[in-house]
Amino acid sequence: MGEAPAGSPVRSERTGDVAVVYAGDYLNKLSGERIERVCRERLREGCRALVVDFNETSMVNSIGVSILLGVIDAAERTSARLVFAGASGQAAQLFQLLGLTRHITLAPDKQTALKLLSEFTDAGAANH
Amino acid sequence: MAEQTDKLIHAFSALADLGAEIAESRDFEEMVRSTLHVVLGALGLRRGLVAEYEREPALLRFVAAWGMGDDAPNMATFDAGRAELLCVGSGLLNLSETQTRPALPQQLGTELTATLVSLRVSLVAPLVVHGELVGLIALGGKATDEAFTAEDRDVIRTMAHHIGVGIHNHRLLREVERRADENRQLYNNLRGIYRDTVRAFAAAIDCKDKYTQGHSERVGKYAEIIARELGWSEEQIEGVAVGGYLHDVGKLVVERDIINAPYRIDAKQSSELNRHPAAGYEILAPIRHPDADIPLMAKYHHERIDGRGYPEGLMGDEIPPAAKVVALADSFDAMTTDRTYRRRKEFPDVIEDLRSNTGRQFASDVVIAFCRALLKEVDGTPRERRITRLLGKGYIEPELVRPLLVELIEELEARAHATAGNG
Repeated sequence: MGEAPAGSPVRSERTGDVAVVYAGDYLNKLSGERIERVCRERLREGCRALVVDFNETSMVNSIGVSILLGVIDAAERTSARLVFAGASGQAAQLFQLLGLTRHITLAPDKQTALKLLSEFTDAGAANH
Repeated sequence: MAEQTDKLIHAFSALADLGAEIAESRDFEEMVRSTLHVVLGALGLRRGLVAEYEREPALLRFVAAWGMGDDAPNMATFDAGRAELLCVGSGLLNLSETQTRPALPQQLGTELTATLVSLRVSLVAPLVVHGELVGLIALGGKATDEAFTAEDRDVIRTMAHHIGVGIHNHRLLREVERRADENRQLYNNLRGIYRDTVRAFAAAIDCKDKYTQGHSERVGKYAEIIARELGWSEEQIEGVAVGGYLHDVGKLVVERDIINAPYRIDAKQSSELNRHPAAGYEILAPIRHPDADIPLMAKYHHERIDGRGYPEGLMGDEIPPAAKVVALADSFDAMTTDRTYRRRKEFPDVIEDLRSNTGRQFASDVVIAFCRALLKEVDGTPRERRITRLLGKGYIEPELVRPLLVELIEELEARAHATAGNG
C-alpha cells in the first residue's frame, strides 16, 4: 500500500508531554497525511497529549475528516489526550456532526487547550 | 432534521471530492487511498479498506487501509464463484449481522469474513462495474457509534459505484499502457531486425567488391556522424545512416569484373558502373523504409552541387540534404581507403580535396559539419573516437591535423558568409 508523498514540513512544537501540531490553511489529503504522520511521531516520542491547532484552517474536507479520525485512532491506541483547538464554527459543527467530538475535546484556542491539558496532566500526576 | 440535512450536504460535498480524486489522481494506489478517505470522511467512519479483485489469479489485493493499524492484510484468495455471488447481489453486506445471516459467509467465505470481523469491519460494499466484480470496500463503524442509516447506505452505494468505475478505468488505462509498452517493444525489435538486415545487406554489397570491404558500413557511420553534427533528429540520423549502408546496393546489378577491375575502367565500363545509383533506387523504392528518402540517397549520392554529377545532374538544393551527406561520406571513405589501382591519400591531401571541392562536389554545410566532428575527436571532446577508429590507427596525427581542420572550417565559413552576403 502506497506512502503519502513528501511535502512542506508540518509545523509542530512540544512542551513537556504535550505536542502542538498546526493544521495549516487547508486540511486535505496531502497536508492531512503529513499532519497525521507528525502526530504519530509525537505519540511515539512519548507525548501524552496532542493539540491540533486549526486557527489558520479555513477548510476541512471529507479527506481531512478521515485523516483526523486516523489521528484519533493513533491517540487512543496510546491513551493520549487529544484536543482540537481554534476550529472555525463550520469545522467544529462538522466534527460534532460526524462524531469526532466524542473522542476529542474542542477548545476555542491553543492557550485554552494547553491550560485544559495542564489541568489533566497535573491531575494525572496528583493521582500517581 | 437540521442535522440530517447537514449530513446530506456534507455527503454531497464528499461526492464532489470523490469525483475530483478519481479524475485527478494518476497513480492508482493514490486514487484508491484518496477515495477511501473520502468515504470514511463523508460518514465519519473510523476505519476501512479497499481491495481490488483480480480474476487471474483469483484474489483480493488490498490496496488501501485506514484505521487498521498494522493488521490489514495484503491479499486474500477469492474464487470466481464468490465474485459472481457478490455481483448478483450487488448490495451491501452487513458483517455485524453474520450471526443471524448465514448467507454472508457464503458470499465472502468464512476465512475472509473472519478476517474482516477481526478488523472490526461492519459493512462491505462490492465494487461492481458492468456486472463484474472489480473490488470491494470494507468499512468500520461510525465515530458516533450510531448504526448506519438508510441514507448512509445510499451514500455508500453511490460512492462504491464511483470507486468501482474509477478502479475499472485505471485498469483500462493500465491495459492500454501495457499494450503500448508491448507495441513499443515490438517496434524496437522490428527496428533492430531492420538495422540487422540493412547491415547484412551492406555486407553483401561489399562482398561483391573485394577491394572495398566494409565501405558501406563505414559510409553509414560517417553519414550518421555528420547528421548528428548537423543537429538532425534521431529519426533523420538513423535514416541517413541506413542510406549510407545501402547507397551502393545498385552495384549488385553491375558485373563483378567491372567493380573489381584492377585498372582504371574505360568509358563503356564506367557507363555500366554509373548505372548503380539508379539501379539502387529501383531496388530500394518498393520497400517501405522508416525514412522515405533512403531510395533517394542511393539514387543521388553521385550528384554534385555544381550539377556535374549523375544520374540526373541535379544542382545545389535540388539534391536532397541526406544525399549530400551520403555523397561526402562516400567520397571521404574512397579517399581514405586503399583501392586496387591506388593507395589512399595522406590526410593533408584529403583536406585539400575537401577545400577545392566544397561548393563544387560537396555541400559546404556538410563538409563543415564533418570537419567539426573530426576536430572534436582530435580535441578529445567525445569519449568515443568514431572517425579516427574508422580511419585506422596512426592515420591521423592530431597536432598536424588540428590546424588544418581549424583553417578549413574558418575558410569554408567565411566563404559561406560571403556567399550569403552576396545573395
